[in-house]
Amino acid sequence: MTRIKTISTRNLVKSAKIGGCGECQTSCQSASKTSCSVANQHCKQCINK
Amino acid sequence: MVHQYKMNGYNIVMDGNSGAVHSVDSVAYDIISMYENSNKDEIISEITKKHKITDEEVIETIEDIKSLVEEKLLFSVDPFEEVAMEFKKKQSVLKAICLHVAHSCNMDCKYCFAGKGDYSGKSGIMSLEVGKKALDYLVEKSGTRHNLEVDLFGGEPLLNWDVCKGIVAYGRELEKIHNKKFNFTLTTNGILLDDEVIDYTNKEMSNVVISLDGRKKTHDFMRQTKDGKGTYDRIIGNFKKLADARSEKEYYMRGTYTAYNKDFADDILHMADLGFKETAMEPVVGPPEEDYVLKDDDVDYLCEQYEKLAMEMLRREEKGEGFNFYHYTIDLTGGPCIVKRVSGCGVGTEYLAVTPTGDLYPCHQFVGQDDFCVGNIYEGVTNKKVIEQFETCNVYSHKECKNCFAKLYCAGGCAANAYFSKGSINEVYELGCKLHRKRIECAIMMKVAEEDKGLKEE
Repeated sequence: MTRIKTISTRNLVKSAKIGGCGECQTSCQSASKTSCSVANQHCKQCINK
Repeated sequence: MVHQYKMNGYNIVMDGNSGAVHSVDSVAYDIISMYENSNKDEIISEITKKHKITDEEVIETIEDIKSLVEEKLLFSVDPFEEVAMEFKKKQSVLKAICLHVAHSCNMDCKYCFAGKGDYSGKSGIMSLEVGKKALDYLVEKSGTRHNLEVDLFGGEPLLNWDVCKGIVAYGRELEKIHNKKFNFTLTTNGILLDDEVIDYTNKEMSNVVISLDGRKKTHDFMRQTKDGKGTYDRIIGNFKKLADARSEKEYYMRGTYTAYNKDFADDILHMADLGFKETAMEPVVGPPEEDYVLKDDDVDYLCEQYEKLAMEMLRREEKGEGFNFYHYTIDLTGGPCIVKRVSGCGVGTEYLAVTPTGDLYPCHQFVGQDDFCVGNIYEGVTNKKVIEQFETCNVYSHKECKNCFAKLYCAGGCAANAYFSKGSINEVYELGCKLHRKRIECAIMMKVAEEDKGLKEE
């Protein structure tokens, strides 16, 4: 595609299949205590791959 | 839904439902904006005129867009709403607790949501017995979860440091017995941070959150001792020592900005100038009558600050002097699964706060709200009615979020912010939403720029 560049992102539909293991960090355990920052977390399963 | 915006010379298109991100030229940007509500001839007519290009060039781009639609990377429908409650049920196991080891503080910050440390109740110090019992409770309710998290929080937890160490030691014993891993976090104002504490935290704490609001004048105005003196000079050396000794282990220098430092980008840059590489800064939350709270009229200026910060961070990154800002840390390929994005932070389900006497609350921000006390560590959750609200709370229980491009980045926002601003955890805190959306736009723009300029991933 000459005019469109798609940035690599995680396939969220596929992530449902292995998702919800709950091993990732809780967002308020990191640096936010007054807002919801779930997207700022990393997936433990992705890290371990 | 599709969200389009321009920033730093980039034309960015986000597909909110799939999470896909596209960097496009101005032709594709305009075609995408017309794609849903115009037919092919209308698009060709307008785009050829505006961009002085041929029909064929426009048709080629329309075909490219069509293939992205077919791949469900653009104008994708939301496949998750119907299964949201199934996702949410996966969050029914407790995995993290916020231990309020001290409802007491050696500082007197003007904006403190913790009621100057005592959460508008009686001040108190957690006993080791309560701390141990809280860890037992966490293990008991954690099912098959291996990684468990405990935040040693306050007030100021270093006022109860020996108990903190006793809790950590007890956690290490439980790890062996139950095959669990405890990740401890310490959140401190730095006043009592000394070499012994630094050595211990570097050995035992997976994360340390140190509180600084940025420049000395900013920090000292809000974060003062009980006798009204600024604390910047007392803590900055301690923080530097801790960060330097932290090596590869996680830490965050976290600040709060208020109506008194709307130019907060300079406060974050000040942290970076001091050598702190892991920064975070959040807008203050507080009663609307307080002079330090942010108003709707401030939003445009605050958004400019976020953009200024992102641009400066990129500039420094290009020079090899980059630093991290927590809210711009988005891992596009290894970020959270859809279950977490739909279910939220886990407040009241997989995350609970424990007071010095062992009472349980959905999270630290609800502590002190009697109606939200859900039980205690001895009897467990007894106030099921309150917990049920949290068990059903997810991104789709907020009607305002349905068409928001950012919904899978914030999962419907902070329940406490919603409750304190609107009276219900299923509402949204609109001012917070506007700022959060801007943070996400900036974070995504940085990813696009990093890829464009060949800058390495964090």
